[in-house]
Amino acid sequence: MSFNIYDLTSFTEWIHNSLSQAMSPGWVTVTEMVIVGVAFLTFYAIVGLFLVYAERKVCAFMQNRLGPNRVGPFGLFQTIADLTKLLFVELVSIRKADKVLFNLAPFIVIIASFMAIAAIPFAKGLHAIDLNIGVLYVLAVSSLGVIGILLAGWSSNNKYSLIGAMRSGAQVVSYELSVGLSLLTIVVLAGTMQLSEIVEAQRHGWFIFTGHIPAFIAFVIFIISSTAETNRGPFDLAEAESELTAGFHTEYSGIKFAFFFLAEYINMFIVASIASTLFLGGWMPLHIGSWEGFNNVMDFIPPFFWYLGKTGFIIFIMMWFKWTFPRLRIDQLLKLEWKYLLPINLVNILLMALIVLLEWHF
Amino acid sequence: MKSILKYFSEIFYGVKSLLGGMRVTGSYFFRPSTIVTQKYPENRDSLVMFDRFKGEVVMPHNEKNEHKCTGCGICEINCPNGTIEIISKMVETEDGKKKKAIDKHIYRLGMCTFCGLCVKTCPSNALAFGQEFEHAVFDRSELIKVLNQPGSQLEKGVE
Repeated sequence: MSFNIYDLTSFTEWIHNSLSQAMSPGWVTVTEMVIVGVAFLTFYAIVGLFLVYAERKVCAFMQNRLGPNRVGPFGLFQTIADLTKLLFVELVSIRKADKVLFNLAPFIVIIASFMAIAAIPFAKGLHAIDLNIGVLYVLAVSSLGVIGILLAGWSSNNKYSLIGAMRSGAQVVSYELSVGLSLLTIVVLAGTMQLSEIVEAQRHGWFIFTGHIPAFIAFVIFIISSTAETNRGPFDLAEAESELTAGFHTEYSGIKFAFFFLAEYINMFIVASIASTLFLGGWMPLHIGSWEGFNNVMDFIPPFFWYLGKTGFIIFIMMWFKWTFPRLRIDQLLKLEWKYLLPINLVNILLMALIVLLEWHF
Repeated sequence: MKSILKYFSEIFYGVKSLLGGMRVTGSYFFRPSTIVTQKYPENRDSLVMFDRFKGEVVMPHNEKNEHKCTGCGICEINCPNGTIEIISKMVETEDGKKKKAIDKHIYRLGMCTFCGLCVKTCPSNALAFGQEFEHAVFDRSELIKVLNQPGSQLEKGVE
């Protein structure tokens, strides 16, 4: 059995066939779900640990510091040490908290990000579920996380938590619009909502290039509004360390805090994955029109590394402006959305529809 | 019309200033030479403290093992927390006169707040601040130091 790293369909089919030979169809489904779940959990942990390390290093370099450099070479094991510490921290139970909701909240946040990651195409054939309404599904599921944040704020019975959660609610409700509309711009261009087809449609050029200016504007708006949706700086009003101690997760400790922390980084990863899938072609290598030689050289790099590279690039941009810009006030945040991003977005989507109708795109 | 123009100029000005900020941080990110953090225990050999650093109070001696302390006791009087104690003795000079000189200039590092009053008020500039800062010891008694070296004498010409 040889595997083609450029097309993993044969690999996944091989797993399916060998499982089908061993057990009944019902058990095959269950086993496959368990395999996918375990694979995602492992991926989750690795990505979470690496992103925390990367964030600390990037932020340190931008502030003329060194960042973690004591545990392991270049401080690579720092996050593992931090996680080990978090696992041993006492889970403080809050006497006047709503126990059920308080314990439920971190799981809702993490389940929402788990559900979103299922729809992301990592490489050709490496795709947990390929829904024909993939874009809609991702949008719907990724906004579930805010319920967890609101629950955490409400059930903590703490004014800081509640203020943080309410801010987060206002923020997500407004910026959801911009995220949806900027993705819709690309859906108009692609003519489909299925993520695998969207990637396939970018075979002859990524949408950010073929879609002219509207695609670029949509990309910028998506980056801004999705950063706000994941509650990251400069839109981290829900946490706002200087005002609200830690915002909605003030009362959480130990592994429950780690869940919120992990979910924040995984959400950033998911958002970057969606941006790279819809605007930068996902796992599709960089192809320029009919330059055969150049396209063949680009095809030589496996799709999974293209996907990781693009996602990493977008994550770097998000970290870059997190550590450059100061936090917005709540009125500035809402003004940015309702006065600038939303009108521009609406005009932009019209422009894109016009371009598609007149067939001006490549 | 004017307000529409203002709307778009605000957007362009905002984007421009934000990109300016990102250029600064980006240039720091791609130039690791701008990092100011020092890796302390590793760079111990090359570490140079700045001139006005107050590490500890020292009494400089010249190459003939002579210091400038006359034993006047002004530093002892001025010290706000009794860090300095001067034990003096009487010595006979060459022309047969008896004169006061220091036997021991005791400096208790553990009590010192590094206010610098002793260094500032010394009439003969006998005291100075050293650059040493690694003072951690396992026994408190090691923090009591005698600043004048054994066998040292008052420098000629200092009264």
